[in-house]
Amino acid sequence: MTDSTPPLTDRTPPTDLSPLTDPTPPTDAPATAPVAFPQDRTCPYHPPTGYDPLRAARPLARVTLYDGRTAWLVSGHETARALLADPRLSTDRTRPGYPATSPRVVALRDRRAALLNVDDPEHHVQRRMLVPSFTLKRATALRPAIRRIVDERIDAMLAQGPPAELVNAFALPVPSMVICELLGVPYSDHEFFEEQSRRMLRGRVPQEVRDARDRLDAYLGALIDTKLADPSGDGVLDALVHERLRDGAIDREEVIALATILLVAGHETTANMISLGTYTLLRHPERLAELRADPSLLPAAVEELLRMLSIADGLLREATEDIEVAGTTVRAGEGVVFATSVINRDEGAYLAPDTLDWHRPARHHLAFGHGIHQCLGQNLARAELEIALHTLVARLPGLRLAVPADEVRCKPGDTIQGMLHLPVTW
Amino acid sequence: MHSGTPIGIDTDVCIGAGQCALAAPGVFTQDDDGFSSLLPGREDGGGDPMVREAARACPVGAITVPGAAR
Repeated sequence: MTDSTPPLTDRTPPTDLSPLTDPTPPTDAPATAPVAFPQDRTCPYHPPTGYDPLRAARPLARVTLYDGRTAWLVSGHETARALLADPRLSTDRTRPGYPATSPRVVALRDRRAALLNVDDPEHHVQRRMLVPSFTLKRATALRPAIRRIVDERIDAMLAQGPPAELVNAFALPVPSMVICELLGVPYSDHEFFEEQSRRMLRGRVPQEVRDARDRLDAYLGALIDTKLADPSGDGVLDALVHERLRDGAIDREEVIALATILLVAGHETTANMISLGTYTLLRHPERLAELRADPSLLPAAVEELLRMLSIADGLLREATEDIEVAGTTVRAGEGVVFATSVINRDEGAYLAPDTLDWHRPARHHLAFGHGIHQCLGQNLARAELEIALHTLVARLPGLRLAVPADEVRCKPGDTIQGMLHLPVTW
Repeated sequence: MHSGTPIGIDTDVCIGAGQCALAAPGVFTQDDDGFSSLLPGREDGGGDPMVREAARACPVGAITVPGAAR
């Protein structure tokens, strides 16, 4: 972690075949104990070394979860594409076999989140309501607003520093401001909703997690009531209230549920990509120099960073029927976990997958998932990442870590991956 | 691919992810509702090599390219 290149030699799958590399994954009585999932990353931009047996056991293996139960872990790219598009896998976290990978999953399984935990056909109705606000054209139209927000944050950093703590000075406020503008949520409330989001995504005590969700629900409920009384807003939530809630197409609870997921998913994920993406660029000075010299590489660089970093590392499903896959039967009721960090480094899909390379075809990575639940905000996220990363390195040509690289800590493995703090100077 | 046979888009399953328009912007676009649609005059793909990429990028397999295995 002290050099500037990824530790390639550590990442090469073992050539000697350990029991877990058998092409037929163990079912009833594995010869070795299943790998634990999730695990913490050692290097923030590589999967945990503890996942190496999973890489060797493509396309799927058994893992042990947070609650001690076992589940299937999908690690192969083609298998993941097929299974994520398979309607026999449910995303409903209230189902008994839904994989419990963290205290939050256990705490929040009393009810479903909108979109994320809803299967078709109900999901399709929710998704169609929101799609017009998240198209490629809409993301393109938001670019000037994103540029203004990014520039203002960098102006503030330049006025106050160096140094700066990049998570709080830049990575978090940029997507937070963008999603507020898009949804019609007052940014002045950001400390409140960012704190509740943090507790929902990283709280350790079940009651704390549920309380955070309930507080956020109450806040968004009050905001929706305000919008009902005042039709002047032009955000996505205003449109939901005035075009769907008023005529009874959806009820207040559903608007709140949709608002919660849009607000939380809309800022936390992108914030983590900005912080971890910046750290990764600073640890790969040759790739950073290449990007500075040729900004036309940006879209490809964003795709490659999405692939490499795979921050949503553990997409969760439960099989509702027996499914034959790769010579194995996933039984109805069994949990299925998709480790995107492992899937996106499938040697069958990517050459030298542990190397950061702007020139590879990184398309078809599963960082945004696949199937009907593929990220609704992906076009917005791409626009934000391109503008945020480009502007940051262009306006701060001397940008560098303010502390030794191995002192910068990333988030624990059981939540969305990103940097806890990122002290920088320039 | 440049056969005159139109590319098929199943709008019943389309989720408006926009992956087709991102991969092959010379052929695909999204209408105001977010549904994938073909640009006028490009209904058969116009020989664009990115059409197959667009079909593979579709997360729900809504795109059928004439003569191509899905």
